[in-house]
Amino acid sequence: MEGYLSLWDEYGARIMESFWANLQLTFWAFLISLVLGTLLAIMRISPIPSLRAFGTAYVNIFRNTPLTIIMAFGVLVLFGVFKLQISSDFNLNFFQIAIIGLSIYHAAFFCEAIRSGVNTVPLGQAEAARAIGLSFLPAAQLVILPQAFRGAIVPMGNVLIALIKNTTVALAGSVAEISGLMKTMIEFRADQGFLIFLTVALMFVVIVVPIGLLVTWLSKKLAVAR
Amino acid sequence: MRKNRLGAIAAMAAVAALALTSCGGSDAGSDEAGDKVRIGIKFDQPGLGFKDGDKYTGFDVDVAKYVANELGYSEDKIEFVSAPSANRETLLETNQVDMIFATYTINDSRKERVGFAGPYFIAGQDLLVRADESSITGKDSLDGKNLCSVTGSTSAENVKKDITGVNLVEQQGYADCLGLLETGGVDAITTDDIILAGLAATEANKGKFKVVGKPFSEEPYGVGLNKTSEKCADINTAIQKMIDSGDWKKSLDKNTEGTGYVPSDLNPPKEFEACA
Repeated sequence: MEGYLSLWDEYGARIMESFWANLQLTFWAFLISLVLGTLLAIMRISPIPSLRAFGTAYVNIFRNTPLTIIMAFGVLVLFGVFKLQISSDFNLNFFQIAIIGLSIYHAAFFCEAIRSGVNTVPLGQAEAARAIGLSFLPAAQLVILPQAFRGAIVPMGNVLIALIKNTTVALAGSVAEISGLMKTMIEFRADQGFLIFLTVALMFVVIVVPIGLLVTWLSKKLAVAR
Repeated sequence: MRKNRLGAIAAMAAVAALALTSCGGSDAGSDEAGDKVRIGIKFDQPGLGFKDGDKYTGFDVDVAKYVANELGYSEDKIEFVSAPSANRETLLETNQVDMIFATYTINDSRKERVGFAGPYFIAGQDLLVRADESSITGKDSLDGKNLCSVTGSTSAENVKKDITGVNLVEQQGYADCLGLLETGGVDAITTDDIILAGLAATEANKGKFKVVGKPFSEEPYGVGLNKTSEKCADINTAIQKMIDSGDWKKSLDKNTEGTGYVPSDLNPPKEFEACA
């Protein structure tokens, strides 16, 4: 017990700092991938074949590429070969590359979650929207998507939870986040062994469980009564 | 139906018993495993511990073979087991291996869980640069340079604590760092000198990189043992014999050939761990 407390004395501030980085990654990647995913979903349900093809190709490519590879690509190729500098701050640069990587990857999943929501909207809704003279975009914006989002809360919640946990892959992108610190603590505090794993796992549970409950509650509250 | 279930339970029990006997290494030393020794090494560290097909090469492997031979285990009695850094203590505590030779730095927090013999080598943190690099001569010439190391390693922590003005990229393995060094994403890689020399000495990297040769830390590599092990004193004797016979130097030279690497003055190690 004493040893475990001394671990917190030594690393407490860094544990919090690193975990905060995971939460920040989650926040920004969630915003960006939600916007990107919505755009992709609109493409995939649009009447224009080339946009549909693009949406389908994007989803199939990025949903089937391991996230670690996207992250490694960011560092080894974008930074290593093309010397990509989004930010002049060295560490912030990796942080932003990681956000881009996470966003690109999860946009494919958000697109599919939203599309599954679109499938919950009866076809009659779209036909009625067209019948009153709305073209595709207004119909999607005013009639289809508002209902689709309400029907897609649970799958989108699942993607968000996956995203939270996937922020640990930013480790491969040279971001100082919690799983990297976990490795450091294991290296320096071998005496604490599995307690280090448990601590980090518990921190994720503390964040993810309330989100799961919130998603369930929202999905009931916002369900479209049909 | 009932019969089937009973059969299934019996089968499970049999499997469990099998699994238990194969894992129960703690007392296995006395009976069936008496003629075998399981040694934990790195499988992915060229020049130190490296698995190449069904062959094992490197300095750690050479020392392990020599010591095992002195303890009475000929080469065909050795079973090499992969021992990644984060698993080393657990492997020893649960007796899944008898000894570990895997760039295992002796320190106090590790001593709380495992025992050490040796050291058989004193490494030091150093820098690996491109062969045509001239502006980096040691840790004081890194201002504004990009440096690569492995996430969670002692070397990466040392850089964060002691070297200011340097940009640190953390990667999953040294192979990724080598890629960045080659493309110019970083200017140097830092970790223990002998690990760097081992990387630079591989066939694919020959002539591309050089070790700077100004170590700025001390990492005594020990032989990891279970706390109850009684082999410690014999291992120390074996290491001393290997050093005296010249085999130690021969193996070191062979594994770092062509990199211009010279071990620091602390080598060969003069003082060994006091065995409990």
